[in-house]
Amino acid sequence: MKGIMNTLFGKKNRSRTISFSLVILVYIVIEILMHAIRMPRLFTSLLVPVCCYIIVALALNLVVGFSGELSLGHAGFMAIGAFTAVAVSGLSASAVPNGMLRLFLSVVAGCIVSGLFGLLISVPVLKLSGDYLAIVTLAFGQIIKSLINNMFLGFDKNGLHFSFVTNEVSLENGKMLLSGPMGATDTAKISNFTTGIILILITLFIIYSLINSKYGRTIMAARDNRIAAESIGVDISRTKTLAFVISAALAGMAGALYALNYSTLQPSKFDFNTSILILVYVVFGGLGNINGTIISTTLLYVLPEMLRSLQDYRMLIYAVVLIVVMQLTNSSRIRRFADRITDLFRKKGEE
Amino acid sequence: MTFLTYLISGLALGSVYAIIALGYTMVYGIAKMLNFAHGDIIMVGGYAAFFAFNKFGLSPVVSILASILVCTLLGVIIERLAYKPLRQASSLSVLITAIGVSYFLQNGSQLIFGSDTKIFPAMLMEGSLKLFDGRLMISYLTLFTIFTCVVIMTVLTLFINKTKIGKAMRACAEDKGAAQLMGINVDTTISITFAIGSGLAAVAAILLCSTYPSLSPTLGSMPGIKAFTAAVFGGIGSIPGALLGGLLLGIIENLTKAYISTQLSDAIVFTVLIIVLLIKPTGLLGKKENVKV
Repeated sequence: MKGIMNTLFGKKNRSRTISFSLVILVYIVIEILMHAIRMPRLFTSLLVPVCCYIIVALALNLVVGFSGELSLGHAGFMAIGAFTAVAVSGLSASAVPNGMLRLFLSVVAGCIVSGLFGLLISVPVLKLSGDYLAIVTLAFGQIIKSLINNMFLGFDKNGLHFSFVTNEVSLENGKMLLSGPMGATDTAKISNFTTGIILILITLFIIYSLINSKYGRTIMAARDNRIAAESIGVDISRTKTLAFVISAALAGMAGALYALNYSTLQPSKFDFNTSILILVYVVFGGLGNINGTIISTTLLYVLPEMLRSLQDYRMLIYAVVLIVVMQLTNSSRIRRFADRITDLFRKKGEE
Repeated sequence: MTFLTYLISGLALGSVYAIIALGYTMVYGIAKMLNFAHGDIIMVGGYAAFFAFNKFGLSPVVSILASILVCTLLGVIIERLAYKPLRQASSLSVLITAIGVSYFLQNGSQLIFGSDTKIFPAMLMEGSLKLFDGRLMISYLTLFTIFTCVVIMTVLTLFINKTKIGKAMRACAEDKGAAQLMGINVDTTISITFAIGSGLAAVAAILLCSTYPSLSPTLGSMPGIKAFTAAVFGGIGSIPGALLGGLLLGIIENLTKAYISTQLSDAIVFTVLIIVLLIKPTGLLGKKENVKV
């Protein structure tokens, strides 16, 4: 018994246990609530997007928090995953009638393609650092958005038709998958909350396995002191690539889930503002803090929706919340106060 | 001849980018922060000029001065209230605060001015210069934009290199602690930097809005991102770099729009940026810092 408790709540694994139990508990509560009473549509419509943003925020935390590199282009990876998934799901609609299986296929495809792009962009990641890297990821996000904005893809009985910049796709009784700035239209909505939770659990499993492994420790060593890590034989380029590619793949997975939750989706959804939004979730939750990321994403995603009744003022309030929280968390007076409280608790624990 | 037309209008667009990029690069150089709200200060500048000219019926020169004054004050106030308490905080906290300020300005002006697009009045000048028997037409506004950029660059370079405040700014950019020990008031110097950057944003706003005369609360975000790119392109922290980056970005953007594709111009501009950074990781004129262990 003590052994089990130790593996679950020991110092090393406490955060992991909390993460998993938190997610599963929330899932059970929400499922029971949904079966017991009729939840308002506004609430149920938020469930899948929140799952998506939690996954992508966790993915970004891997890069920003654990690897210590700033990325301003994670919406780009989401977009790749999203539109890959739309294409795969649309193409395989007749071959794989089972929605669950098709969702699985689309999510895996989105994950892989996004991961490959992550590998591509990790070439500059290795050469640059700091703000220069941030701008490259920003540029990457813009490039992806503007490429998808110009893609036209459709299929009919003669096979796939693709055109770029101008819409030259003419179909005989077929279906458009991507139509430029209009994005994906008429997508089958096959995402659901349960899948979202399963994907969060998979993401948590991957991230915890990574950061508790040898690779994870090298990633953090490279973040804390690159030169010292290099001098004891850590292959910096390999560790940074690893973190970046995994993060990109997870972001693609989130994008895939997101895309298949809506019947229409425009590429402009994944713009610079979305990248920034995800970064805000991560910084709010605390860099390298996984549970913090989950909680802050949920709160910050739900907050503007809750404030909907305030209409025009909601984004203004959101902005003020961002500024004020940053001021408070960085104020030395507040920090001293917080330290005193934690000291109080610690003393009680020791007694 | 058409090539020359595109080149010159690209140069004008680049001049506007360069003026905005100056704000980014100066603030980055001295406060080591990415001021994401800079683009929105441009927007405020545009609205200020619009209201001064259209609603209060002031003369163009007074409107421009009013706009510059509003932006300068706004820049200083933002710095004092939002950024100054975070001097010791991590750069990401400052970044998020800047994003918060940006949201605040955007949504605040949406509430005050409404989200509809307003037409910016032609307050500067009209008409165009005809060269080569009318085969080459350059609007006076284009020439004025390029001229303004050159004047600003010259004055700013002289200011930074010759005056006492300029010297203080360079000292703060190099080492804040040492600058303080030498009796430089670091806080004031940073405030002055913000004031200059924001004032320049107002100038950029008027030039930009005169060329593309539509005014909306999200007006500043795309030029802001482009100018930020230009600053990094030229090497962030470097003033000649901002000029070079801005001009190149404007020219590349206009030429790709003219000869390759309008829709893909953003993608091409940013691809060029990535390639440049791969070859020169600190931008065109950026200095490489050697890390001592």
